[in-house]
Amino acid sequence: MTFVKTKIQLSKLKPGDILEVLLTEGEPLQNVPRSSREQGFNVLEVSHVQGNVHRVLIQK
Amino acid sequence: MGITEFALKNQPKETKKLSLICFSGDFDKLVATFTLATGAAAVGYEVNIFFTFWGLDAIKKKQGRAFVGKGFLPKLFGFFMGGLGSSPVSRLNFCGLSPIIFRYLMRKRNVATLEELVEAAKALEINLYACEMAMHILGLEKTDFIHEVKDVLGVATFLELSEGGRTMFI
Repeated sequence: MTFVKTKIQLSKLKPGDILEVLLTEGEPLQNVPRSSREQGFNVLEVSHVQGNVHRVLIQK
Repeated sequence: MGITEFALKNQPKETKKLSLICFSGDFDKLVATFTLATGAAAVGYEVNIFFTFWGLDAIKKKQGRAFVGKGFLPKLFGFFMGGLGSSPVSRLNFCGLSPIIFRYLMRKRNVATLEELVEAAKALEINLYACEMAMHILGLEKTDFIHEVKDVLGVATFLELSEGGRTMFI
C-alpha cells in the first residue's frame, strides 16, 4: 500500500518534480525505491533521517 | 537447469493484467480484493474487478444500510446487505462489532482502511464492472452504483476482458 500511495502522489506531479517519501524500516523501504525504478522514476536518494525513519527522494 | 527453473523460463508470456472476481461482500475479503488490485495497478498492471452477488455491496452508492433495489424482496435484501460501510467480517463478526474494531486497528497501525483502498482504486483508474445477472436477481441498476463503475457485464465479456492475464476469485 505504501507504493500505491507513492504512485498516486507521483501521478499528481509534473515531470521533473521531486517527491519526498518518509518511511520507517521494513518491507516498504525496499519496495518503494525498487518499484519506483521499475516504473521508470528516478530514485535520487535513500537516506537515514533519524531513529528508524528514512527518506526516499523520487523524481518524476 | 532444474525442472522448476525450466518451467518458469518456458511458461507462456502473460500480459500484465489482473482480473479479480469479487464475489464476497465481507470486509476482510474486500480488503484483500482492493489491496491486490491497487498493488497491481501501482506497478503497471491493467486491473479489472468484476463484482458479483455479495460483492456488489462494495460498489453501492449508499454505503450504509438502505432500501436499495426494485421490488419488496430486493429492497429488504438490500437493507440487510447494506453497502461498503456495513460489510461484516467473514469470521468472528460479533454482530458488526469486529469491522469497527478492524477499522480502528487499521487507522492506529497506519494501514490503509477499506475506504482508503477503494479511493486508491478509483485514483489508479482500476476498471470496475458489475455483474448483470446478480444485478437482475437483486433488483439493482447501474445508477445504484458509484459512477466509477465502468460497465455492466456478463460472463462472456468478462472472459474476453480477462484473457491473457491472471484471474482470481475472492
